[in-house]
Amino acid sequence: MLQFVQLVLNGSSIGCIYALVALGFVLIYKATEVVNFAQGELMMFGAFFAYTLITLFGFSYWIGAAGAILGMMAFGYLLDRVVLRPVLGQPAFAMIMLTIGIGYVSRSVAGLVPGWGTAAYAIDTPFSAEGLPLLTTAETSLVISEQNLSIIGATVLFCAVLFAFFRYTRIGVAMQATSQNQLAAYYMGIPVKSVFSLIWAISAGVAAAAGVLLAPITLIDTNMGFIGLKAFPAAVLGGFGSIPGAIVGGLTIGIIESLAGFYLPQGFKDIAAYIVLLAVLVLRPEGLFGQATRKKV
Amino acid sequence: MTEPILRVSNIETYYGPIMAIRGISLHIDPGKIVTVLGANGAGKTTLLKTISGAMDPQKGTVEFEGREIQKQDPDRVMRAGISHVPEGREVFPFLTVHENLMMGAFTRRDREGIQRDLELVLGYFPVLEARSKQQAGQLSGGEQQMLAIGRALMSHPRLVLLDEPSLGLSPILVNDIFGIIERINREQGTTILLVEQNAHMALSIADYGYVLEVGRVVMEDTAERLRDKEDIKEFYLGMKDAGSRGKRRWKRVKTWR
Ligand SMILES: Nc1ncnc2c1ncn2[C@@H]1O[C@H](COP(=O)(O)OP(=O)(O)OP(=O)(O)O)[C@@H](O)[C@H]1O
Ligand SMILES: [Mg+2]
Repeated sequence: MLQFVQLVLNGSSIGCIYALVALGFVLIYKATEVVNFAQGELMMFGAFFAYTLITLFGFSYWIGAAGAILGMMAFGYLLDRVVLRPVLGQPAFAMIMLTIGIGYVSRSVAGLVPGWGTAAYAIDTPFSAEGLPLLTTAETSLVISEQNLSIIGATVLFCAVLFAFFRYTRIGVAMQATSQNQLAAYYMGIPVKSVFSLIWAISAGVAAAAGVLLAPITLIDTNMGFIGLKAFPAAVLGGFGSIPGAIVGGLTIGIIESLAGFYLPQGFKDIAAYIVLLAVLVLRPEGLFGQATRKKV
Repeated sequence: MTEPILRVSNIETYYGPIMAIRGISLHIDPGKIVTVLGANGAGKTTLLKTISGAMDPQKGTVEFEGREIQKQDPDRVMRAGISHVPEGREVFPFLTVHENLMMGAFTRRDREGIQRDLELVLGYFPVLEARSKQQAGQLSGGEQQMLAIGRALMSHPRLVLLDEPSLGLSPILVNDIFGIIERINREQGTTILLVEQNAHMALSIADYGYVLEVGRVVMEDTAERLRDKEDIKEFYLGMKDAGSRGKRRWKRVKTWR
């Protein structure tokens, strides 16, 4: 039993990373109807930003993390403003090809930046990987590392901040309005195009946070963005348009992976996410948290 | 002679290759209610979208208070003082009634002014106060229409574009809503451009009217005189049997221009 709880706990922390990346997919999709396949690459850039600030420039972990998040917010804003806004209104297919292209270019560019390259790097964090005992019985004990705790804690914090932002600020409510009915938002005088850029900024910032949190576990390299392949089913699982759904979806996939890795034969771990996704989609095509009302544009 | 608050000159608007507006000109004097009548597909909605900037005209100009506003984004047109109540209400379904109303005041910073207008709107539509915390998507069609109008008033506009407020509402409710539209116009001095298929109701509160057919203005006159016109009666006031409605075109009328 304790074993099971331990696996769930381990799965939750990687699940939080999936959830943060999935959150970025959902925010952008809800507001702009673009599926951003470069979300994982935004996370990769965020991790490299932090690596640059902390390891190369010698800043403290906290300044490096904050700098990476703010830097990626600016990057996301500009990416939308400069690359996506000019092609706004093109068919969804064209926009998706564009984001796939951005992801591809990002990986190549990251490999060319001096000091980044194609090797894998670590950053120093104040959190140890050592397990803290939570509960001890005669034969075994339940442990959690500071690292995993930091991931879960930071995810909870980011979600709370985002929730408050969307719920209680004027611009946050305007973002919700824009994602519910774009034309009506325009008629309210909401600058829809700037709202899109702001959404990209927030998504990129959340992705950067995921990258910084993930860095001590998997190391930083130009291919770490492929985690998007796990986060994407997480977003679909949650209904692809629901923010709580993305979080529950991410956690679900993280936990199932962790359990599958232990109880099932080797190889199941990586496809477990997709098996669960297929099962859920067959039973509940709109996803776990899908909204029944279709949005109008 | 007062300067018109809105002057539309010879606009042409396309959906791809389809020409939906074929050279329309009209003007609205400040403080008036002007109605645009027309059957399905006449181009009424397209006309309003062209004025509010949701669509760009290929040709022609739209002047609001003397400044050209065509081809601007809708948020800029709105900031200039024009509120658009779109066809089919288009409320924000997952925001509460109160949040919907506050979105109408998105461009404003004057807290007291916003509060005053909120009380004004709730005074015109008391049902919105009772539903304040409810999601707008859960309101009835009539309540959503009231919310859409109330939301548009929250920006304290000088011109309101109303697209078929009677759509899908019971005759009693249509009566109520038109009564309130008239009161808003008289009490607040808000100029109103009212697009309708319900010519009878629209002409009962309007000062002036235009009749649109396939993207052109085929008739214009004071509301009083339009009410008496034979053709209008036939087409929109249901004075003749419905069968003749589809067949008749405005051939005779067109040659007048
Ligand atoms: N999205 C669109 N794409 C192509 N053609 C369109 C589109 N929307 C409208 N049209 C065409 O433009 C013309 C004018 O349409 P519009 O919606 O302005 O009519 P309307 O007078 O508002 O009609 P209704 O009373 O039914 O609302 C119609 O012939 C219509 O078929
Ligand atoms: Mg219409």
